[in-house]
Amino acid sequence: MLSTAIENPEARPPSGPVTVNAGSTAEGETTGFEPKMSARGVNFYYGPKRALKDISLDLPPRMVTAIIGPSGCGKSTFIRLLNRMNDLVPDARLEGEILLDGFDINRPACDAADLRKRVGMVFQKPNPFPKTIFENVAYGPEVNGLRDRLALEERVENSLRRAALWDEVKDRLRESALGLSGGQQQRLCIARCLAVEPEVLLFDEPCASLDPISTAKIEELILDLRRQYTIAIVTHNMQQAARVSDRTAFFLMGEIIEVGPTGRIFKAPRDRRTEDYITGRFG
Amino acid sequence: MSRRDVFQKAGFGLLWLCMAANIVFLGAILWFIAVRGLPAISWEFLTAAPRDAMTAGGIAPAILGTLYLTLGAVLVALPLGVACAVYLTEYSPKGWAVNAIRVSVNNLAGVPSVVFGLFGLAVFVKGAGFGVSILSGSLTLAMLTLPLIISASQEALVAVPQSVREASLALGASRWETIRKVVLPAALPGILTGVILSVGRAAGETAPILFTAAAFYLKGYPDSVFSEVMALPYHIYALMTEGTHPEAQTRIAYGSSLVLLALVLAMSMLAIYIRQRQRRTYHA
Ligand SMILES: Nc1ncnc2c1ncn2[C@@H]1O[C@H](COP(=O)(O)OP(=O)(O)O)[C@@H](O)[C@H]1O
Ligand SMILES: [Mg+2]
Repeated sequence: MLSTAIENPEARPPSGPVTVNAGSTAEGETTGFEPKMSARGVNFYYGPKRALKDISLDLPPRMVTAIIGPSGCGKSTFIRLLNRMNDLVPDARLEGEILLDGFDINRPACDAADLRKRVGMVFQKPNPFPKTIFENVAYGPEVNGLRDRLALEERVENSLRRAALWDEVKDRLRESALGLSGGQQQRLCIARCLAVEPEVLLFDEPCASLDPISTAKIEELILDLRRQYTIAIVTHNMQQAARVSDRTAFFLMGEIIEVGPTGRIFKAPRDRRTEDYITGRFG
Repeated sequence: MSRRDVFQKAGFGLLWLCMAANIVFLGAILWFIAVRGLPAISWEFLTAAPRDAMTAGGIAPAILGTLYLTLGAVLVALPLGVACAVYLTEYSPKGWAVNAIRVSVNNLAGVPSVVFGLFGLAVFVKGAGFGVSILSGSLTLAMLTLPLIISASQEALVAVPQSVREASLALGASRWETIRKVVLPAALPGILTGVILSVGRAAGETAPILFTAAAFYLKGYPDSVFSEVMALPYHIYALMTEGTHPEAQTRIAYGSSLVLLALVLAMSMLAIYIRQRQRRTYHA
């Protein structure tokens, strides 16, 4: 009962949907869209340690937002807040709001599992289940109540096709997913995520453990998906951010230093620290 | 050869010796039992009941009794032990209470089996009124094997990578779905290792069933879980300590030992087979 609230905008939380200035960002550049997701004044603490400081960031719909910054600056922490994966961390504390379509995802009426169906995540290291390829992709839809065998098979095939993996695995769907190469495993994880039909996709350094060819395939895939989903991608790789993203946010020590259209950030960074980072002078 | 090489060679040599010693001991026991037991084995020995004050006939009731008791123990201890392990590793908040449970589980493993026998007598036979029966014996053996299953299951559960749990949760699965559909299946091979160990332990123990299940001699076969049963370990004990025809009885005792060994090995093989099959599907 509570869990349906998030699907249903009429079921208003006590405070009602929060109105947001359409597409305004931390530094006032407009994207021209109501953001799909946005963080408002977010502070995050691991015990006494403050990992995020006053973060405000919008994810415009059907665009790719890249999050760049040196190791340990809080990129993973931030992206994991967007689907509440940090709920699992003991002694962690969040201040501020994170909105999905204008609703606070941390309000009591919002169920974390329901949120995660709408906001999918692909992790840094490919983490397929120790199950068959088919079972991996079918898992999400099954957990979410899809029982019909034919519908399930169709969902699996479509998801694998969209993840550009179908041709490579169509003859071995009943084999263990752990027999796939690292790059294939990561695309399987993407297919598994797509099978739940999410609205937002979060990628946390999806290519960190992959070779250049597999990396190129994943990037191609993200470019393919970006007009249908709202995407956030954490990356260490500046070229990758430049290739796949529409907007880029630069994090440093838990703060957003600069955010804007990717081209502008890379060609004409406004902050000295951003420039230093993207030209490789530190980080 | 450098010093390091010498140490390495010596180290491997020592390991090899230990392994060889193991194999020699195991081989010696098997050989000893086989040589003395094989002459007693015949079709009648395996399928008939004892005759002539246990100096002739077979041991079928004891074989069956041991099977019942062992299966009963595993049926009780497996769900209980796995549930306990899941609670300890997946749900329980870290703290002194959980540590206390962990410590008591480990201590339970060190309790002498005859104490379990007395416990079973007091609680299941008398307290619950199950009498001397398959049920009481199985429950007592289950208590005995519980720590084995719990610790094997805990190890197996802890070995399932956190990243796999996160993957499941990130797809909108609840914690319970994650445990049931991802974590437990991945841990199953390890859990089965616990079952293998328990089967061997439960089938071979005498003391826990002495007061709770085992009968010295029965004419017929058990007809319900409330029946007394004959069981191989106790049968062997009885043959060697009582009766009037030591030679004939010793022969049967060795035959029974061989059968008991074979039974335990067969059950272990079955568990290993299941585990291997599981591994083939789950791991490349
Ligand atoms: N579970 C945790 N408990 C305590 N501190 C953490 C935890 N996860 C991350 N941190 C700390 O928070 C900071 C940000 O980490 P993270 O978000 O992983 O950085 P990034 O992904 O940018 O490399 C780091 O200093 C890290 O040590
Ligand atoms: Mg990270």
